[in-house]
Amino acid sequence: MIEDHKKHPEEQKLMAGDPDTTGHSWDGIKEFNNPLPRWWLWTFYATIAWAVVYTVLYPAWPLVNGATPGILGFSTRANVAEDIQRFDDMNADIRTRITEVELAAINPEANPDLYNYAIQGGAATFATWCSQCHGSGAAGVQASGYPNLLDDDWLWGGTIDDIHATISHGIRNEDDPMARYSQMTAFEGLLSDEEIASVVQYVRNISGQEADAALVEAGATVYADNCAACHLDDGTGDRYLGAPNLTDAIWLYGGSEEAIEYTVRNARFGVMPPWSAEASAAGRLSEAEVRSVAVYVHSLGGGE
Amino acid sequence: MSATEEPQKLYAAREPVFPKRVKGRFRNLKWVIMIVTLGIYYVTPWIRWDRGPDLPNQAVLLDLANRRFFFFWIEIWPHEFYFVAGLLIMAGLGLFLFTSALGRVWCGYSCPQTVWTDLFFTVERWIEGDRNARLRLWNAKWDFTKWRLRLTKWVVWLLIAVATGGAWVFYFADAPTLLVQLVTGQAAFVAYTTIGILTATTFVFGGFMREQVCIYMCPWPRIQAAMMDEDTITVAYRDWRGEPRGKGKDRENLGDCIDCNACVNVCPVGIDIRDGQQLECITCALCIDACDDIMAKIGKPRGLIDYMALTDEANERAGNPKKNVWKHIFRLRTIIYTVLWSSIGIGLTVLLFIRSDIDVTVAPVRNPQFVTLSDGSIRNTYDVRIRNMTNQETDFRVTVTADAAFAVELEGVPGDTVTVAVDSTQLQRVYVIAPPGSAAADGNLTDIRLWVEDLSTTTRTYEDTTFFGRDIE
Repeated sequence: MIEDHKKHPEEQKLMAGDPDTTGHSWDGIKEFNNPLPRWWLWTFYATIAWAVVYTVLYPAWPLVNGATPGILGFSTRANVAEDIQRFDDMNADIRTRITEVELAAINPEANPDLYNYAIQGGAATFATWCSQCHGSGAAGVQASGYPNLLDDDWLWGGTIDDIHATISHGIRNEDDPMARYSQMTAFEGLLSDEEIASVVQYVRNISGQEADAALVEAGATVYADNCAACHLDDGTGDRYLGAPNLTDAIWLYGGSEEAIEYTVRNARFGVMPPWSAEASAAGRLSEAEVRSVAVYVHSLGGGE
Repeated sequence: MSATEEPQKLYAAREPVFPKRVKGRFRNLKWVIMIVTLGIYYVTPWIRWDRGPDLPNQAVLLDLANRRFFFFWIEIWPHEFYFVAGLLIMAGLGLFLFTSALGRVWCGYSCPQTVWTDLFFTVERWIEGDRNARLRLWNAKWDFTKWRLRLTKWVVWLLIAVATGGAWVFYFADAPTLLVQLVTGQAAFVAYTTIGILTATTFVFGGFMREQVCIYMCPWPRIQAAMMDEDTITVAYRDWRGEPRGKGKDRENLGDCIDCNACVNVCPVGIDIRDGQQLECITCALCIDACDDIMAKIGKPRGLIDYMALTDEANERAGNPKKNVWKHIFRLRTIIYTVLWSSIGIGLTVLLFIRSDIDVTVAPVRNPQFVTLSDGSIRNTYDVRIRNMTNQETDFRVTVTADAAFAVELEGVPGDTVTVAVDSTQLQRVYVIAPPGSAAADGNLTDIRLWVEDLSTTTRTYEDTTFFGRDIE
């Protein structure tokens, strides 16, 4: 029975022709005055109160430099620093031990935990500091002077101690007196164009590439007089001097006629910074990190 | 006017249930199933199984830390999870099969909720007495006797609950070791938490919530209802034989039901089966036992309440003889389920026997695509993961076969043989080298096959991959 139906007070007013409106009217359409539900309103006030409390407790209001710090002293940056410190503390022991053992002893048999740490940590350090020149896969940049660390050819030696020394002190830098150093003569002006052309053909010949046979013999004499002192008589180079092996298939700056000729005329002068903070003031890595990178690079397929 | 009418309540208070003790064939079957299932649950973690010195000797062990599942002679690795998926499919089909054939037989006999509630009823009956005594105690004041009986019952329940939660954790660690750790307070926090939670659920579900778990919490009854048909066996009342029911010696105009309420008194979910099959009924068949007992006493044939299918009603009302139960069970639908269920079972068993003890995955390192060596040869690198699933440390030889000649070298290991520790996976860098000037070195792509051979058993497995020459695009 419809008359038994209990009506909402608003509905009763509406039925009585006296609806409670806001007074707004558009084309005869009136807007009912429907206040917010009480629970909603109180929730809204509660969120405002919460916001005020929050801005007091936590960093909130932006200032010219930074923001209000909040009385709880909460800081995500400090949390991160704390986390890093926690991991550093956890690794402190293993880092100390890595610096204490012989480099060659960091291998899976003798010290599996150190080896594992060095490989994983070395890979991370490599990705951060070395990959810019040597590439993320450690393959360098072909024919551009950034050496490939995966192959079996090493300018300064590929034993783990050699690699460690190279990383520690760098190459041809002015920051570390212990840096690997060599400087090839730029033969532009010292040798005639004919002599340069013939020695280029000679070098291509001893490295097994196509060469102009007519020039090779003359090139041999030029080589013996000017190059053999460093690159040795058979062209296999000298690691003590950092003189590259000219007979193999690997060319740091390319093995084409043009590239070799450029090298002979102008010489090359690739540099690498020193990384060990202990060895030089310019170094950025700890001894443990340098050793880890050395172990990592040594494990990539070229280690001797 | 409806103003004075009480508004309808949305909450109905639980009617407490005091099931009476009953004897009979289905009760005996339930005892056997209770003993067997509880026995399996409590004893299994303590069974030992020798797998050699390097592997756990617990017959059934879920080793979550090392991601291994041991089941007697079977060891499942994470990459063999399809076995678990297969078992779950079998469990699903098994549910279809049993539900379509026998209705809620799982609920009535083997569901943990039913088994533990039954156990708790047994304890309750033993301490507080049978139905009438428990009804009296329920209505009695909280005097010393009531407190004593209630506390005794709760303590026994709690002991059962602790044992239940305690047994669960033994499946996840070496049981004897864990027991010592639990007692001396050295076990992992998660072990205590798990025991605590399972103790609480067992105590509350088995002692207090009981049939409410089945009626309000469990989705099974709803799912099962969708899988039943007119041939499914359920517990039902032959009202064409029993009605009109009535007490008294003059049975001229009365059916076989003497309205003794025996079927209602024994019901663990508190329903009257004579109202017809209903959601609450877990088909535990105790009312059948109770009614059979009464029928025997009054000299009537058994089966006034019985396992029946829906089609039996029309059949029997028409005066036809009873249909054999097996004719309901063996029908096309259940046969199809059985065939599906067993073919998956057979498939899994065959898979189990033909699976290899070694497993190899090969990931070519493509940064860089290849490396030129000083003699002009071309080298590709592959990350090879070798899983040694045998029970001993094993040597594996890595070789390569292809149309062209290749050399194989292993990082950090002389020769072509790598040793993998027992029950573990090893990542080995493998170098495949094409000699200078060879077609593979100067070419584009060459298909190669990497073989890994277990030197102790000479079983071997392979993985196909490709070799990038210097002409790769």
